[in-house]
Amino acid sequence: MTEFCQFVLIGLVTGSLYALIALGYTMVYGIIELINFAHGDLFMLGSFLALQLVITIGVAATPGSAPAPPAPSTGAAVLAIGLMLVAAPVFCAALNAVVDRAVYKPVRAAPKLAAIVSAIGVSFIFMNMGLFWFGPVDLNFPSLVPNTNLLDGTDLRFTYKDLMVVVVTIPAMVLLTFFVRYTTLGKAMRAAAQDPTAARLMGIDVDRVISATFAIGGALAGVASVVYGLYFNTVGYQMGFQNGVYAFTAAVLGGIGNIPGAVLGGIVIGLVRALGSKYAGEEWSEALIFAILIIILLFRPTGILGARTREKV
Amino acid sequence: MTPRGVLGHWPWAALVVFCAVPFIPGTQAAIYGQQFLPLFIYAVLALGLNAVVGYTGLFHLGIAAFFGIGAYVTGILTVPQFPFQQSFLVAVIFSALAAAAVGVLTTAPTLRLRGDYLALVTMGFGLIAVFVIRNLENITAGTKGLNPVSPHLLPGIDDPNLGALRVRPGWGATWRAYPYFYYLSLVVLVLTYLFLGWVERSRLGRAWVALREDELAAACMGLSPARLKLSAIALGAGLAGLAGALYAVSQRTTAGPQAYDFNRSMTAICCVILGGLGNRPGVLLGVFLLIGYDQVLTPILDNEFQKDWYQQLFPEHMRGKQYLKVSGWRLVIFGAALIIMMRFRPEGLLPEARRKLELEAGDGDGEIR
Repeated sequence: MTEFCQFVLIGLVTGSLYALIALGYTMVYGIIELINFAHGDLFMLGSFLALQLVITIGVAATPGSAPAPPAPSTGAAVLAIGLMLVAAPVFCAALNAVVDRAVYKPVRAAPKLAAIVSAIGVSFIFMNMGLFWFGPVDLNFPSLVPNTNLLDGTDLRFTYKDLMVVVVTIPAMVLLTFFVRYTTLGKAMRAAAQDPTAARLMGIDVDRVISATFAIGGALAGVASVVYGLYFNTVGYQMGFQNGVYAFTAAVLGGIGNIPGAVLGGIVIGLVRALGSKYAGEEWSEALIFAILIIILLFRPTGILGARTREKV
Repeated sequence: MTPRGVLGHWPWAALVVFCAVPFIPGTQAAIYGQQFLPLFIYAVLALGLNAVVGYTGLFHLGIAAFFGIGAYVTGILTVPQFPFQQSFLVAVIFSALAAAAVGVLTTAPTLRLRGDYLALVTMGFGLIAVFVIRNLENITAGTKGLNPVSPHLLPGIDDPNLGALRVRPGWGATWRAYPYFYYLSLVVLVLTYLFLGWVERSRLGRAWVALREDELAAACMGLSPARLKLSAIALGAGLAGLAGALYAVSQRTTAGPQAYDFNRSMTAICCVILGGLGNRPGVLLGVFLLIGYDQVLTPILDNEFQKDWYQQLFPEHMRGKQYLKVSGWRLVIFGAALIIMMRFRPEGLLPEARRKLELEAGDGDGEIR
């Protein structure tokens, strides 16, 4: 029983990470119906920037050289985390918005295939950028958050790291919900998602709204990339594809285009991964997630929370 | 004939060149000539994928799974640790049939899906296949792959090399099974190409195109979308399985599961899109350009760029880095090719006339669903 609870706890924590990435997919799909294949690789570049930052300020060693510097003081660690949590989201947001303008906007009027294929192309280029940046090996991300158990005395483990994930991801999601619901830009986004033509007629600059959506989705991926690095302590240029597919599955599971759905889907995927590796074996847990993706698409393509839409002829 | 009409027959000119390559003397040709084999194998794979994506308009992102099934069926039927010990001609037939059967079985439940949802389901299928190959260690030998795959052409023929060719220095020495297998793959490619040309003009091929253009209208005219989609996937998966069988024999091993991952599916898709969806010469051109760059040109240039004259152009700390090698730029080239094609020439380098019209109509009709 305790073991089961432990895996549920792990699932919830990793699930909220997937949810953060899934939000970027779901928001973009909600407006322009594009499966942004490059989103996972954007997440990877975000964690690379964070790693570059801690190397530059001397908290972590350059990969493959000199022995690791002494563990940073608490103050330095907090400062480094704060810096990363500002720099990575800004970088990812800007990059995503630029790519939207340069690559997706020109093909927006073309058949849908054009945008998806372009996104695959962007994903390749991002991956290659990651390869140039730190090379093909997996890298150590400095462990700036202590791994001490907060639930000492019980059999469960809930460490500072787990706490950090929750403390960063939940407010980010709450903020996003408020933003989309109450701000002018948020309302414009929802309007554009519902009916781009009508939104344009109402004086909404739809292209600007789409860019903003890409920027916000990118910023969330940036936050997720820092949290991911601090939590798993390993990053590499191929992490984008794998985590991107998980997050995408989460978005589809919750009902693509649906923001609360993405959060719910992320948590479900986290739980499936944790419990799957416990009960079905580690080697099958990933296949299990893809099987869920297929089953959902076959039997309830609108997801758990998605509304049924009629197909346009 | 007009000059343009003559140029239209370039695949046959390429065939003459490929037939002649083994007779070129010199070690360079011998070393790099082997690299043409992946070209032929990829061409069969891409032509198969083209039947699914190009003719019928089903955006399939998991073609590598069928390629893998073909390779592993060939492996299982030929390697010594299993009792079958069949020759290539038997294995290749079973490979194609097995891949086609799996294609039909896995596609049947997805028939009502369209567009991106179909793309995702096929991607999920491709990803699962990799895990199945990795995890069924008793059958597939896990990450090691099955080997040695027998190159025997027919039962009872132990070493079917074309003796005369092996006398030439270079060829036989670099790879024992090379001469016969080189021509065998080329023959398979030519037969596939001709067969697909016949299919294209047949009732079935025209029905596929009708389905791609407008599924509703095609159904109203009495065509059965389900049967047409399944026949397209059967043909595409079967050809992918055939290519997989060739691949396993050419490598003498099934390699590991990572040889059949999303990357290979995407490479095949890139070739088809770059060359021209639905157009056989276009697909061939896409394969020759992308795979030619990747498998033939890259090794030659990388080898050249190892040398001092090139490395000394750069400061010490940059030498030996990924971005100084041509192979380091692989994904950038593929990605940029996709983006640029989609932006400026979405119908591909050598478009099919009808597909071009569909895209120029610009009202969303004829898009891949």
